[in-house]
Amino acid sequence: MSHHLVEVNELRYTYPDGTQALAGVDFRITHGEAVAIVGANGAGKSTLLQHLNGYLWPSSGQVRVGDYALTKQNLQDARRSVGMVFQDPDDQLFMPTVREDVAFGPLNLGLSEEDALQRVTTALRQVGALHLQDRPPHRLSSGEKRAVAIATVLAMSPDVLVLDEPSTGLDPKSRRQLIDWLAGYRHTKIIASHDLDLVLDLCQRTIVLSAGKVLADGPTREVFQDQKLLEQSRLERPLRLQGCPVCSLASS
Amino acid sequence: MAGTESRLFDITFLDMLACQESPVHRLDARAKVLTTFIFVVVVASFDKYAVVSLLPLFLFPLVLVVQARLPYGFLGKRLLLVAPFALMVGAFNPLLDQQTQLLLGTFAVTGGWLSFLSILLRFTLTVGMALVLIAVTSFPGICNAIDKLGAPRVFALQLLFLYRYIFVLGEEARRMVRARSLRSFHGRGNGLKVYGALLTQLLWRTIERAQRVHKAMLSRGFVGTVPLLQMKRFTWQDGAFVGLWCGFFIAVRILSGSAELQVWVAELLK
Repeated sequence: MSHHLVEVNELRYTYPDGTQALAGVDFRITHGEAVAIVGANGAGKSTLLQHLNGYLWPSSGQVRVGDYALTKQNLQDARRSVGMVFQDPDDQLFMPTVREDVAFGPLNLGLSEEDALQRVTTALRQVGALHLQDRPPHRLSSGEKRAVAIATVLAMSPDVLVLDEPSTGLDPKSRRQLIDWLAGYRHTKIIASHDLDLVLDLCQRTIVLSAGKVLADGPTREVFQDQKLLEQSRLERPLRLQGCPVCSLASS
Repeated sequence: MAGTESRLFDITFLDMLACQESPVHRLDARAKVLTTFIFVVVVASFDKYAVVSLLPLFLFPLVLVVQARLPYGFLGKRLLLVAPFALMVGAFNPLLDQQTQLLLGTFAVTGGWLSFLSILLRFTLTVGMALVLIAVTSFPGICNAIDKLGAPRVFALQLLFLYRYIFVLGEEARRMVRARSLRSFHGRGNGLKVYGALLTQLLWRTIERAQRVHKAMLSRGFVGTVPLLQMKRFTWQDGAFVGLWCGFFIAVRILSGSAELQVWVAELLK
């Protein structure tokens, strides 16, 4: 059985106040893929992510993680296999020290303290944050918080890594470090972002959401070259795919 | 808001002190919490006119401050900041209790003044010791210790979450107040009504954040209990610390009750 598969069929979700956030979303993400989910504010990205490990239950349709449809019975299993990195690391880092925070997941999985601490060390080393382990989360910089938030998820050895706006609030250097790190991470990745240059660097495939529907799903470069599609979904071509104003002036 | 900020800074500073290295810092948090608890109980158990007999107890915080190389200027200032509370509590004692309790030569000291002085001493001992305890143990260390000493887990967790999010909440409140003052002119926009709106906002944000934190917990396998890491082993040094200091407190307490000592102190004062 492969846990590395995420599939969404005819997914619909309406909030209690009547707002329809998802109006029939379909896609299938397979092992090792890096997929971006992009779209305007309110397009349904966050709502979609919240379905992937069962915070929200679809009004209709289905989410499949691995070979099974997500149900209340296999929820714990799905939450282990789909690791979610939140937009605001302050929401994710709730324990008094970095070490305890990273150990939270492994201990909940029933690991012994020794094994949990082993995982803490491995995960923190992976994101280059081992030196922060005794620090309280509120004394970390945004970049450090982000790295630790990713480590908290890695410590649970997820099969699929889901990141919600991972580059928000990072300075250019921290952003670049994050991109380099994510590029080296070989498991399945799903990244929701407005940072289309980051998407261009990391994801071979892009799903464009608009008004709760999939407007496009294809190779990232192709999607970002489609000017009409980008305008329709309130997006802009990534800076790197735009002509450089300085160079083009010089040549003209 | 500057006040709130500096309070938050205090906690951070105390925690930074708690990261230092010293024999006191190395002691088990449980030993320090337990000893401090007994210290506070002993201080509270003294007679209401106790003044001189309280003095030997200053040895405990002073030894810790010296051994842990804590900055006494900082601790002293924090004590002074909260001192008005103690002054308020005891301020009327000299007026209410005018019975002479002690003669210093020809000078009569009334019970009111003695109990007022006693309140100030107890305040200095207990609040000072609380500050010292955080500075040598750290706030999370204390929470972990009370959990391991058998207090209900939910109690320790409440404190830990309070500690974790008070900075986040403080920062949010600070941003809101700054945003308000940037658009308030000539005292307009500073009224109680606006404060009400700000507080409502803050409450909403807190609830929303709590929901997101809960989601983050769920996504990492939270099923109702928060696992806390074990503490290091309780060593004989920790035991000796608890035993010796508690023995000292109790000895001071028992001796203070002995009539001979009181006579001796009275002689000394004459």
